[in-house]
Amino acid sequence: MTYVESATVEETLGEFDDRRANLIPILQEIQAVYSYLPEDLLRRVSRKLRVPLPQVYQVATFYRCFSLTPCGRHVIQVCLGTACHVRGAPRVLDRVLRDLKLPVTGTTHDLQFTVETVRCIGCCGLAPVARVDKNVHAHLTQTKVPGLLKKYRRQADASAAEPTRRG
Amino acid sequence: MLTLRSPQELEALRTTCRGPGGSGRPCLSVCAGSGCTASGAQEVLQSLRRELERQGLQDAVEVKSTGCHGFCEKGPVMVVWPEKVFYNGVGPRDAAALVASVSNGRKPVERLLYKDPVSGARVLHEDEVPFYRRQQRILFGNNGQIDPKDIRDYVRVGGYAALAKALATLSAPEVVDMVSRSGLRGRGGAGFPTGVKWQALRGNPVRPHYLICNADEGDPGAFMDRSLLEGNPHSVIEGMIIGAYALDASEGFIYVRAEYPLAVENLRAALTQAEQYGLMGDDILGSGHSFRIHVVQGAGAFVCGEETALIASIEGRVGEPHARPPYPVQKGLWGKPTVINNVKTWASIPVVVNRGAEWYASIGTERSKGTMVFSLVGKIINTGLVEVPMGITLREMIYEIGGGIPKGKALKAIQIGGPSGGCIPASLIDLPIDYEALTGAGSMMGSGGIVVMDEDTCMVDVARYFMEFLEEESCGKCFPCREGTQRLRGILTRISQGKGSESDLALLEDAGWMIKESSLCGLGQTAANPVLSTLRYFRDEYLAHVREKRCPAKVCRELIRYAIEPTLCDGCHACVRVCASEAILGEKDQPHRIDSAKCIRCGACLEVCQPDAVLVS
Repeated sequence: MTYVESATVEETLGEFDDRRANLIPILQEIQAVYSYLPEDLLRRVSRKLRVPLPQVYQVATFYRCFSLTPCGRHVIQVCLGTACHVRGAPRVLDRVLRDLKLPVTGTTHDLQFTVETVRCIGCCGLAPVARVDKNVHAHLTQTKVPGLLKKYRRQADASAAEPTRRG
Repeated sequence: MLTLRSPQELEALRTTCRGPGGSGRPCLSVCAGSGCTASGAQEVLQSLRRELERQGLQDAVEVKSTGCHGFCEKGPVMVVWPEKVFYNGVGPRDAAALVASVSNGRKPVERLLYKDPVSGARVLHEDEVPFYRRQQRILFGNNGQIDPKDIRDYVRVGGYAALAKALATLSAPEVVDMVSRSGLRGRGGAGFPTGVKWQALRGNPVRPHYLICNADEGDPGAFMDRSLLEGNPHSVIEGMIIGAYALDASEGFIYVRAEYPLAVENLRAALTQAEQYGLMGDDILGSGHSFRIHVVQGAGAFVCGEETALIASIEGRVGEPHARPPYPVQKGLWGKPTVINNVKTWASIPVVVNRGAEWYASIGTERSKGTMVFSLVGKIINTGLVEVPMGITLREMIYEIGGGIPKGKALKAIQIGGPSGGCIPASLIDLPIDYEALTGAGSMMGSGGIVVMDEDTCMVDVARYFMEFLEEESCGKCFPCREGTQRLRGILTRISQGKGSESDLALLEDAGWMIKESSLCGLGQTAANPVLSTLRYFRDEYLAHVREKRCPAKVCRELIRYAIEPTLCDGCHACVRVCASEAILGEKDQPHRIDSAKCIRCGACLEVCQPDAVLVS
C-alpha cells in the first residue's frame, strides 16, 4: 500500500489549526486516509504543530488506534471483552489467526487482512462478536470463521485496490 | 428551521411535535442501536420501506428508527404505534406480515411477539416483558420512543424543559444546591457526590471553567453510555448545558471512545441541531448565557477513562494520569478548573431539575440515590441494558430481570465493575446493589457492567483474563502497576498451565495488595481486585489448579483433554471436517476417536457435535 504525496495531504493538514490539542485528531485523520501513519507525515505534523517528533511518536505508539505499518484491506477486530471472553471469544480469535496463518495479531503478507483484538465494542448482548471494517458479526463460533473470511476475501478480490478507511 | 429565543417559544414548538402514530398514521419504529444494527435492523428498515412502496402505502404508514431499547439479545426489536405492539427477533422477510398487520387492521403478528420462556404465553407490549417489568427507566425510557437524529422527538417527550426551567426560574447556586440535595453520585464508578464536585468548582474563582463528559466507556462488558449517546444524545447535551449555566462555563467537551462510531455520529448530529434551535451556542433561549460543546474522539486507551489521563488526551498528549491533588476542579483542562462527569451523571441532571431533588432522592437506598443503569451480559438468558433503583438485590437482577442462566446451568459468580471490580460468588446473591455493599464484598459499582458466570467459567482463567487486560492497558508511568500487573499475569498464566505451586497463591495476595496500595491512579489501585476477590471466594478452584493440576470448569487448555464417547458417536464426520489439526480419526458411520498428541484443544469438534459425544475431562 503506497501512500500518495499529493494535495490530499495538504487538504488533510489544512483542516486543522496549529494547536497542540489537534495532534490526536490529525493523526486519526491520517490513519483513516492511509490506514497507517507514514513516517514523513509524522515529521510534517511535528513541524506544523511545533511538537517535537519524539512526542508525536510517543502519542502515535501509545494509542491503540494508530499503526506505524500499513493495514490490510479488511480490518478484523475480534472482541475480547469480558462477555465475549466467557462466551468463547479466545477460540474464535485462535481460529481467525490459524486460518489466516498469522502467529499473532497483525497483517497478512498479501495485505488483505489485519487482525486486531479489541476490548469491547459494546455489543455484549450478541457475544462473541467481531467487527470487520464497519460490520459487526454476532454470535460467532469458530466454525463460522471460514465462511466469514471467505466472504471478505471475495470482496477483496472483486474490489479495486482502494485503501481501507478505518473509523 | 427556527431559532428559539425564549422558553415560551420552546413550549410552542413542543405542541407542534407529534410522536410516533400521533399524526393518525400507524408507525413502525425499529431499534437502530448498535446491537440491533448488528442483528440486521437496517435491512429490516429497508425491507419495510420497500414493502410499503410496493403496496403504495408509503404515505399512509410511517417508518422510523429509534434509539436502543436495551433488549439486545432479542434484536432487532421494534414497536408498532399507536397500539405499542412490541416485536422481537424481526427479520427482513417479516416486512410483508408487519405491513399487513397495520394496513388492514389485522391482528398482531403472533410469531414475532415476545414469548415468555416460563409460561410460553405471547406478550403484546414491551412493559409486560419480564425483562422490563422490574425496571424503572428514568434515563433510558425515552430511547425507544425517539429518533436520536431528530431534536423535535426529544422536545416532544419533554426535552429541554429542564433547561428552560433552570434558566427561567432558578439561579445558578440554586441548581447546584438542587443537585447536592438530590444525592446524585457520579455514575462513572467511584460514586463521588456530584453536588460536592460542583460546589468545589463554583467556589473556584479562576476562569474559564470547563465541563467534560466522560464517555470513554472502557470497561469490557459495559455499553450503557454507548446506548444513551446513540439513542438519546440530547439528554446528555441538555444536562451539560444546565451544568454550564450552574457552573459558569462556556465550553464543554464530550470525550467518546473511538470504538463507538455511531455514538459519535448521532452526537454530532444532535449538537448541530441543538445549535440551530438556539439551545446551544450564544444567548441560549434568550438568557444571555453561552455554551458550546466539542466532541473529542478517543484513540483507544482504557486508562483515558481516568479523569486526569482523559484531560491529558484532550490536550493532545499521551493518556498518562497524574497524582491528585490537584483535582480537576482545582487544575484541570489546560490548567483551568474543570468538572468531569460520566454520561449518565450528565443525563440525570435534567431529571433532577425537572422532577425535583426530593423526588430523585426518594429513589434508591440511604446512601445510593436514584436509578443505576447496568449492562447485564455473559451467561444469562436476557442480556441487555437494565435500569433499576439502587438497592435491588443481585437475585432480582439475575433471575427476575435476567431470566436466569441458560441451559439450566448453575450460577457461579457475578463480576461487577469491569477490570476494577471483583467477582461476587453465587452465595452472596441476596446482596443489595449499592456502592457500599459492593465495595464491602470486594467488588465495586464501577460503571455498571455485570457479567454473569456459570459453572463452565474458570475463575483462574477469569483472573488471568483481567490481568492480561490490565497489563496491556497500564500506561506504564508508575512502577507498581506496570510491573505488578505483569507479574500477576505471569503467575496466573503459570497456574492455569498447571505449573503453579501453593506458594504462588500467597505471592498473588502480597503482590496484589502492594499494587493496590502504591499505584498512582485508579487503574492500578483497583487492578488487583479481580485476583484478590477470586482468591477470597474461589480459593478451592485455585488449589485444584496448583495441587491436582486440574481445572474443575474444564477451561484451562493445558489441563484438559478431549475424547469421543464411542457409544454416543454416530460417525457423522462433522467433527473431522472442522478439526484444525487433523486429530480426529475414524471411518464415516463408525465411532471416531481423538488423537490426543495431535489435538490442540481448540474445541471445534465440541461445537459441531450433534449427539454431544465429545467429552472434556
